[in-house]
Amino acid sequence: MAGTATQARTPALDVRQGLEKLATYPYQILTFVGADGYPVSVGVRATLDPAAASASFAAPAGLAVPTDADVSLTGSHIRPQPGYGYDERRHVTVWGPAIISPDGRDVSIAAARAWGWDEAEVPFFEYSERSVGQSRKYFDALSVERGTPVKPRLSMASLVLRTTRLPFLSATIVPVLLGILIAARHGAFDLLTAVLTVIGASFVQLAINVSNDVFDTAQGADDANVTPTKFSGGSRVIQYGLVSFRRMAGLATIFYLAAAVIGLLLLVLRGSPALLAIGVVGFIVGLGYTAPPLKFVYRGLGEIAVALGFGPLMLLGAYVVQTRGVLTWEPVVASLPIALLVALILYVNEIPDRRGDARAGKRTLPVRLSKSTVIAGYRLAALAAYAIVIVGVLAGLLPIPALLALLTVPLALRVSRGLEPNYDNPYGLMSVMAVNINVHLYAGLLLLAAYLIVLVAGAVAPSINLFVG
Amino acid sequence: MAAIPEPVEALLEAALVGELTVVDGNGRPVTYPLIPLYDGEHVYLTSSTLFSRKLEHIKANPKVALSLTDPIAVGGRTDRATIQGDARVIEEDPHGGWERLLPIWEKKEPSIVYFLKQRVALPLFFERSLIEITPRRVLYWADGDAAMAPQATDVGSEVA
Repeated sequence: MAGTATQARTPALDVRQGLEKLATYPYQILTFVGADGYPVSVGVRATLDPAAASASFAAPAGLAVPTDADVSLTGSHIRPQPGYGYDERRHVTVWGPAIISPDGRDVSIAAARAWGWDEAEVPFFEYSERSVGQSRKYFDALSVERGTPVKPRLSMASLVLRTTRLPFLSATIVPVLLGILIAARHGAFDLLTAVLTVIGASFVQLAINVSNDVFDTAQGADDANVTPTKFSGGSRVIQYGLVSFRRMAGLATIFYLAAAVIGLLLLVLRGSPALLAIGVVGFIVGLGYTAPPLKFVYRGLGEIAVALGFGPLMLLGAYVVQTRGVLTWEPVVASLPIALLVALILYVNEIPDRRGDARAGKRTLPVRLSKSTVIAGYRLAALAAYAIVIVGVLAGLLPIPALLALLTVPLALRVSRGLEPNYDNPYGLMSVMAVNINVHLYAGLLLLAAYLIVLVAGAVAPSINLFVG
Repeated sequence: MAAIPEPVEALLEAALVGELTVVDGNGRPVTYPLIPLYDGEHVYLTSSTLFSRKLEHIKANPKVALSLTDPIAVGGRTDRATIQGDARVIEEDPHGGWERLLPIWEKKEPSIVYFLKQRVALPLFFERSLIEITPRRVLYWADGDAAMAPQATDVGSEVA
C-alpha cells in the first residue's frame, strides 16, 4: 500500500519573494529572542530591498536586538468582517542575522529564509489539505506519548455520511427506479423484488464508493490530491486518519457481499440469465473502476465505466428483474441520457483533481485533454443526452412527457458557462459541480415523473396515447 | 500583585488577530497569526492539529510572546503591546476540549459556530489543542511608536 500521509507540503517561498511580499505590508513586526529566553516583538517600519535580500529599520528604543542569533520580520494582514469574523488572511516572515549600525541607531537584517501563506494564492482548503501530514504526525506523537491510539473523530452519523458518500446514492436510485417504472408500464411489477433491487443496487454503489477510496489510496491518487472538494477527491477518511485503510477495505468487502447476497436472491426469485450477465458485468466494471489490473479510471475509461454502470446496467438490471429477463429497446434508450449525464458528473469532478491525478498516474480525460477540449466534450455529451431524449420521443421509444427532462437544459448551460472561468479554481468550481450533479438528478427525476404520468394516464384514461405514432 | 495593564486587556479583548511567537529548536522565533482569547487571567489560543508545529515548539520551549500590533485587527486602536509568558498545551481532548472557549471565540468570529456545524466537511480543522499563556511580562507602546521605549510591566510586580 502506498503511504497514507499526504505527501505535498506548503509551497516554498524564497527570500526575495518573502521580502517582496513583506514590502506590501504597512509595517513589519520585528521579533527576536531576548536574553531571558522570551520572544520580543515590536512593530517597525522597515525599508526592504529584495534584490539585496536585506531589510533595515530604526533600532527600537529600549530593546536590545541580538546580533548573535536570527531575528525575524513578519507582516500580517486580515480584513475584519463585522458579524462574520475576518478574511483576506495572509502573513509572511523572513529571518536572518541582525547587524547594528556603529551608532546603534539602525538595524539591518541579511535575510536568509522566508515562509508565509496568502489565502488569495493558496486557498484555505488547499492549505489545510497540504497540512494533513502534520496532523497525522501530531496524532502519532500524541499516541506514543499516551501509550494508546489517539485519533481524530467525527460523530457516527457524520462519519457514515462522509465514508460512504451517501448523498451520491441518487446516481443509483434514479436509474433503478426508472427501470422499475418502465417495467411497470410494460405490465411487470413485483414490489418485493423492486425493493430488493433498490437495496442491492445501493449496496453496489456504496461498495464502489468505499473500494474506490481503498484503491485510490493504495495507488497514491488520493494522497497526491491537495485540492479535494465536497464533490471530488474521494471521502479522504483514510488520509485524515478517521478510518483505517484496513477497515475501509473490510467495509467495501461487506458492501460487496451484501450486494452479492441480494443479487443471488433476486436471481433465485426471478431466474433471469440476463440479470446474471448484468450482475457479472456490473461487478467487473464497478470493482475494476479503480482496482488493478483494470483500473478503468486510470486509463481514461472512467467516464465510460460510470456511464455503463450507472446508466444501462443499473436501469436494465432493475428492468429485467421485473420482466424476468425480457428486454426491450425502451429501457435501453431511456438509460442513455442518464448514462451520459452521470458520466458528466465524474467528468467535471475530475477537473479539480487533474493535477493530483496526473501525479499519481491516474490518466483521466481532464488529465489527458486540453481545457478547451474538455469543455467542448462536456457540451457535446450534454447535447447528446438531450438529443437522445428528443429523438427517443420522436421515434416513439420514449413517452412524450420525457421531454420534461429538457427543463434541465438551463442548468446544463450554467455548468457549460461555469467551466471556463473556474477551470483552474477548484473551489470556484464547487458550485458548478453542484449544479452539474443537479442536472443528472433533476433530469432523472423528470424522466421518472414522465413515466409516472404515463402509468397514471394508462390507468385513468387508457385511450390517451402518450407516445408518438 | 500587578495584573495585565488595562489598556492591554482592552487590546486583547478587541484583537481579532494577534501574532504568537514561539521559539523553535534552533532558538529562532517563529510567528503565527492567531485569534487571542482572554478570560481575565490567561490568554488562550487554539491550534488545529493541521497547523500543530507550533505546539511541538511550545512543548519543547514554553516561552512565548503574543504581540498586538495591527490597528485594523484591534478596532482602530494605535497602541501596541507584546505579552511574554509561559505557554502550556492543553490537549487532553483535541476533538472537543477546545469548545469551552467557543463563547469568547464566537464574540470575535461569529462564523465559527456555522463552520463548526459543518464539521463533517473540515474534520481535522476542528481537532484542536489549546495554548494557555500565563502572562509574565507586558511591553506596552501607548502611541504604538517603536522610537519610544515600551512601558514594561512584570505581571506580579511593576518594573518600569
